Amino acid sequence: MTCDAPAAQSAVWRSYGIRRRSTRTVRVRVSAALVALTVLAVLLVPPLAQLDQQAVDLAAKLQPPSRSHPFGTDDLGRDLLLRCVYGLRVSLLVGLVAALVAAVVGTAVGAAAGALGGWVDRAVMRVVDTLSSVPHLLLGIFVVALFRPGVVPVAVSVASTHWLSTARIVRAEVLSLRSRPFIDAAVSGGASRRRIAVRHLLPAVAPQAALAAVLMVPHAMWHESALSFLGLGLPTHMASLGNLVQGARSSLLAGHWWPTLFPGLFIIVPTLAIAGLAGAWRERISPRRRSELML
Amino acid sequence: MARLAGRRLLFAAPVLLVVTFGVFAIAAASPFDPVKAYAGTAALAADQETLDRLRDNLGADEPFAARWWEWLTSAFTGDLGQSTVMRQPVAQVIGERVVWSTLLCAVALVAAVVLGTVLGVLAARRPGSPLDRVVTSLSYTLEAAPTFWLGLLAVWLFALQLGVLPAGGLTDTASEQVTAGQVASHLVLPAGVLAVSQLPWFVLYVRQGVGDALAEDPVRGARARGLSERTVLLGHALRSGLLPVLTLIGSRVPELITGALLVETVFSWPGIAAATVEAATAVDFPLLAALTVLATAAVLAGNLLADLLYGLFDPRVKFSDM
Repeated sequence: MTCDAPAAQSAVWRSYGIRRRSTRTVRVRVSAALVALTVLAVLLVPPLAQLDQQAVDLAAKLQPPSRSHPFGTDDLGRDLLLRCVYGLRVSLLVGLVAALVAAVVGTAVGAAAGALGGWVDRAVMRVVDTLSSVPHLLLGIFVVALFRPGVVPVAVSVASTHWLSTARIVRAEVLSLRSRPFIDAAVSGGASRRRIAVRHLLPAVAPQAALAAVLMVPHAMWHESALSFLGLGLPTHMASLGNLVQGARSSLLAGHWWPTLFPGLFIIVPTLAIAGLAGAWRERISPRRRSELML
Repeated sequence: MARLAGRRLLFAAPVLLVVTFGVFAIAAASPFDPVKAYAGTAALAADQETLDRLRDNLGADEPFAARWWEWLTSAFTGDLGQSTVMRQPVAQVIGERVVWSTLLCAVALVAAVVLGTVLGVLAARRPGSPLDRVVTSLSYTLEAAPTFWLGLLAVWLFALQLGVLPAGGLTDTASEQVTAGQVASHLVLPAGVLAVSQLPWFVLYVRQGVGDALAEDPVRGARARGLSERTVLLGHALRSGLLPVLTLIGSRVPELITGALLVETVFSWPGIAAATVEAATAVDFPLLAALTVLATAAVLAGNLLADLLYGLFDPRVKFSDM
């Protein structure tokens, strides 16, 4: 690339306007392809592959990546590619459930607070402020420690910390919508509160709420894997990505990097792909708002 | 200023109270049994009478609100209960370990701010340039990467492959005393990983702040006056672009705590975050409750700091408005 040449001549930098647009398109396409690949892998590999992810082969333990095992094998000779796909399946499922619950709760609470206003709004926002002053992972650790590790406590603890941001976004959106003319028109037309909420407010906040929900999936995955890594997440027989990293610690200390590296990549790549798609989507639904930081 | 601080403290105190109450309420709703937790494996062998006496002594049959009140009143006298997993008073556990956590977080935060500012300014200087794209995409990748995974890979690379840094702990296993040199060498990896986990936020915010400032009139005016690019960038754009980022540092405490929980566990760093994880694994309720409340207090203090700094440094904000 020779793009440094003009910079040397003039101190003022010219923007890469046209080229930036083209990289944006590329980024969206790559993100879409990776999300599609993730979904396909998670849905299709387990039923189609006639392979057992638990198949122990002690003769082939801790083999580095090779043609027969693209990601190598773990300390029991299990194929890591297969383990990672299954782990992603578990992590993604927990993430999806937690994000869905959090999005529904957050939208309902935020919309109610914004639409009703008054003391309801103040009380709800106080609760939100209080809950967000406990670090999320710590709250998750606390809940899981007392309720014992398992799928339900993990999903509940992740959902219970993640609805706060959605509630804030939806409330702000509802507050700005309330002063718009079409709501005034509906009120003067004699529409009931319920009708205004269901027919006018909810459809208008739906894109923002859905965006928040989509971005929450990687967040929830991240939290689930952190809890699992700390030994406070999913039970070890449900190999999530965090459990895989935790289980690989002894192999890592023996100098084998592949059982640790690949599960982490299986968290990063879907996260970036989802964030890339969500960013493009946000530019479509609110083009005037300057592109903010994602994640 | 003092009035604002006082008012914010008045808001923070009830929040902290509600959190302590919530901690006890969640414990009451959970299947957690303080008697079994206190007695540990001895509970399996003990007869019912002993257990009942223990239950009576611990006040486990009282409603949780009464236990909460008792905990709260004794907390004000400095008695936070007895930690079962550390086998010493909770206040003592916190007192011994809080120094190491503060050291780790402070070093990591300073490193993240300095490195984040440098990278952010470099990226903002030429938006869309190869350097900008590398820095931005690296930031997003690091933001998406799990902190514990980064820590483990750092252990593999620096401790196992290169053998230049110790893999964990506070001192060498053979050493009897805690010396500054040993702590410093053991601090590099955990603080580095914690800094890297906080870095993306700083890089992206500095990049955005400085980038916006570069497009504004004062910068154009400075360039028109013929000031050097260096003066424009560092004297004008960085000054106005960095300010909001620095004032927001206080609000990064939750992320710092999240990172510390993972980093201290990976590196066996003897801080309070690692103690939190140990307390949770062993269901040591007195320690876990105290540390949860402590973390919440740290978050509230950080928010207060952010508010105050924002008002202090931004002349457009009047304290009477906040």
